[in-house]
Amino acid sequence: MTPPLVLAQATTPRGLDCPPAPQDLGVLSDAIDFITSSRESISGGVCVGGPAELFELAVSHLAVSAVALLIAVVIAVPVGLWLGHIGRGEFLAVSVSNIGRAVPTLALLAFFVAFLGIGFTNVAAALTLLAIPPILTNTYVGVRQSDRESVNAARGMGLTESQIVRRVELPLSLPSIFGGIRISAVAVVATATIAPLANVQSLGNPILEPQAYGQPGQLGAAIVVALITLATDGGLGLLQRAVTPTGLKLGDQDMRPRRLPIPIRRRTRTA
Amino acid sequence: MSLVPLAQVQIRERTGEGCVAENGFCPAWIVENIDKYWAPFLEHVYLTVVSVGVGFAIAFTLALLAHRRRWLTGPIIGVTGALYTVPSVAAFFLLLPITGRGNLTAIVALTAYTLLILFRNITTGLRNVPVEARDAATGMGLTPRQTLWRVELPLAVPEILAGLRIAITTTVGLATLAFFAGGGGLGEQIYSERAGTGGIFFQSNVVVAGGLAILLAAISDLIVLAVQRWATPWRSVSTV
Repeated sequence: MTPPLVLAQATTPRGLDCPPAPQDLGVLSDAIDFITSSRESISGGVCVGGPAELFELAVSHLAVSAVALLIAVVIAVPVGLWLGHIGRGEFLAVSVSNIGRAVPTLALLAFFVAFLGIGFTNVAAALTLLAIPPILTNTYVGVRQSDRESVNAARGMGLTESQIVRRVELPLSLPSIFGGIRISAVAVVATATIAPLANVQSLGNPILEPQAYGQPGQLGAAIVVALITLATDGGLGLLQRAVTPTGLKLGDQDMRPRRLPIPIRRRTRTA
Repeated sequence: MSLVPLAQVQIRERTGEGCVAENGFCPAWIVENIDKYWAPFLEHVYLTVVSVGVGFAIAFTLALLAHRRRWLTGPIIGVTGALYTVPSVAAFFLLLPITGRGNLTAIVALTAYTLLILFRNITTGLRNVPVEARDAATGMGLTPRQTLWRVELPLAVPEILAGLRIAITTTVGLATLAFFAGGGGLGEQIYSERAGTGGIFFQSNVVVAGGLAILLAAISDLIVLAVQRWATPWRSVSTV
């Protein structure tokens, strides 16, 4: 078997100027030490851990996630806007997210690897498929729930259909769209953890290669992955708030950030 | 390239003749080996049922608490939301030092994932009970406790079961990753079967094991849907 760290070493040559793994630390402090400073790997001969390597893995992790998310947005938002605007395809828009939830991420990734092979493109494609349903559903729901009177008023003012979509329905459904992007982003960043199964470097490497990184590596990387996902969720939550038109923020409890695709439901204002 | 085997998961490399060695999709192999999917499938069912069951008990209790003391809703959503956001793979390894390898770790993590979904749906269901129904119950002399169990909860059943359906399908999906924590399940089957030496995931196996996971999600979804129809005959059930 090839030594697990060959790829990482080829890009950043490191001499063995790291100390051997500390022996006398508790489980948690050992994991923290793995994050803060590099050490000799379990199998010996190479340095693992420390901010430099984790940063490199995080960049690769976020790169594949960002590419997948971007493609998903480019596909799902226009389709959702269009379906929502013409008011058709409710069954498609809603059931796609139900089906998406039922397909296990591991099965999806394994399917891509088994049939299309390993590598960045295939992982990105699998993650894109994972990211599309929540964005599509939320875009559709957002458009359908946008105020019909505003749409009618826009039509009465002489806006064309495409202008209505771009200037009325899109802004009104932005909070919902960003809610969907947020769900997808969290799912994609979480799933990119198992990208090393398809030979794409990510923060999952220390988790999936305990032979080199050891248990402190597993725990340390798990901590970093958890923090990055929480940061993604929080960051997109702030963005979602920022894109919400001021008119929608006023006293509308129902538009608070949602993390789950929600069933289409009439909005009721009676408490 | 070689996929590095995870410790404690036994990798079986297929190096047979023809279709299997070439990593094709082999109906003959599937027919011959279908028996070995039974055990992982049952493990998967076990993980799902126990996690959703425990999750429901916890979420239900929390929802009743929050129903009585409204201010608790925010903090509970915050905590369960954070739990829900942490990636499952990371959660399994974060729990390892505390609960050790095995079923327990998997179940604790999977349970944590169901909490937000169930809690949110139960509280939404309770909140959407018409004020008139509540007033009528009070007018008929029911105590708050009687109102809760005889009026509010029955009226919230559709919303609660909708949450249960989401929780179950989500858990079936996440349980494929439970083998990282030593919990077995269909994920271990997907991961461990390889075509050729040091090879890649075996196509036939991925299709069968992945298909079984999707089938399990679909069947359990239909079961809850049936329960919903049976429990709320007064209401037509939407299928979405």
